[in-house]
Amino acid sequence: MSLVVENLTIDHGAIRAIDNVSFTVPAGQLAAVIGANGAGKTTLLRTLSGLKESKSGVATWNGKSILGVRPEDLARSGIMHVSDGKSVIAELSVKENLALAGLWRKDKKDVVKATDEVVELFPILGQRMSQAGGSLSGGERQMLAIGRALVARPKLLLLDEPSLGLAPIIIEQIFKTVKSLVTKMDLTVVLVEQNAMGALKIADEGIVLNLGSVVTVDSAQALLNDPAVRAAYLGF
Amino acid sequence: MLRFITAILTSLSAGAIYALMSTALVLVWRSTRVINFAQAGQAVLTTYIGYEITIRTGSYWYGLMAAILSGALIGAMIDRFFLRPIFKRVKSGPIVMIAPVVATLGLLGIIQAIIGFIWGLNYQALAAPVSTDGYKILGTVIAFSPFNLMVLLSVTITMVLLTVLFQKTNIGLALRASAYSPEIAKLSGIKVDAVRTLGWAIAGAAGGLAGMLYVPDSYLHPNSMDVLLVFGFIAAVIGGLDSLFGAVAGAMILGFAINFAATYISYKIVFPTAFVILILVLLVKPGGIFSSSKGRKD
Repeated sequence: MSLVVENLTIDHGAIRAIDNVSFTVPAGQLAAVIGANGAGKTTLLRTLSGLKESKSGVATWNGKSILGVRPEDLARSGIMHVSDGKSVIAELSVKENLALAGLWRKDKKDVVKATDEVVELFPILGQRMSQAGGSLSGGERQMLAIGRALVARPKLLLLDEPSLGLAPIIIEQIFKTVKSLVTKMDLTVVLVEQNAMGALKIADEGIVLNLGSVVTVDSAQALLNDPAVRAAYLGF
Repeated sequence: MLRFITAILTSLSAGAIYALMSTALVLVWRSTRVINFAQAGQAVLTTYIGYEITIRTGSYWYGLMAAILSGALIGAMIDRFFLRPIFKRVKSGPIVMIAPVVATLGLLGIIQAIIGFIWGLNYQALAAPVSTDGYKILGTVIAFSPFNLMVLLSVTITMVLLTVLFQKTNIGLALRASAYSPEIAKLSGIKVDAVRTLGWAIAGAAGGLAGMLYVPDSYLHPNSMDVLLVFGFIAAVIGGLDSLFGAVAGAMILGFAINFAATYISYKIVFPTAFVILILVLLVKPGGIFSSSKGRKD
């Protein structure tokens, strides 16, 4: 049970966005992918969720290849991608946004249960159920986006910059929640973040990307203590 | 007074038919971002099918069912076997916006040519299931018939059903989500391609109904739905292209403007009236009067 990426190469038009990247995320772990803007973090995540084609290399989840599989099929097999910032449909209500990830599920009772759990996790969403997604604050939108993914009962959660544009106190709350999900919901998480400090603090493992290549893969703790990483990505 | 009431009634029944066409165009536009010019061809083809079935079975109602069902089937097939391959091949550059629309224009010509080969270019008449003679009020025959009333009722029922489908059912939620944000819908596990084909099917069925309601008061010819395509398109633009409510409201505004102009000024200004309204809307509120969102979010 793990996410394995081997020699993955992805082109973004004429530009090589990801170059020969390899890493492994064991099941039940939270891996943080950090790196500056343009390091290829988002491209990597969009490829793992089927939105983007890869050039070469391998990516498997529990031994099965996930490259070339359509995003809706990956979602149905338990890989949920929460894309950055705008992963809420503004025109639909909060309730409808949550319902999207349960429409295709056979176990309707569990959809109800999962939705209740999401509301328990993010009580503010419970108060906003009939409001339009577009009327939510940035933090509430992020909660809704993560909440919707959880309604599908995912096994692997791909999170793209959940901290983007949020106030520090909200970021802390969301990071804490993500951390708690790993054990509570039996999840494996790949968290892509520019907020390297915040991400490494909750992560088990850290993957440092620079200009499309892996610089270091190590335990999050070791990266936090690594002087080179501190200087380049943590700012002190 | 009688003239005024008649103008209102004819505006309503004309607007109702435009509403079916504008709804069909809006359903395709918001799920596929294509203005489907072939809609006129689809609707006239299904009307010929309905006409053929009506003649063979002697029942307009069987013809109507055949037109609606074949409309759904043809719409789904066009999306699945014609547009989806085009979208797959054409991926970037300005051609992405143009190729599919030009393709539907080409398809319109092909469908009309095929109809010409099968049924010929003569004008055919399709008998209405109820009288098309105007009601007699206080000894005066007005330009509103039981058939016009039937048109008005069937379109009202259709619109109520569509609203329930879109707002109250899971399929409707999938249709709306796929239209507003295909990416988020896909990432939520919705089979957006299949949902889009369903949208085309519903649009095709609406066009099938439109043809069978339009032709008894007019005539059947390979080009007989072209006018309706233009009016449906103008109505859709007035309504903002993105909402079903806007499509219906735009159609009614157009229906009233055209019929009042024809009643009180001259039937000669029917077309100018429609285009003047279109241009005014584009100048004053290009997003349409009833547009809810500012455009598509990816």
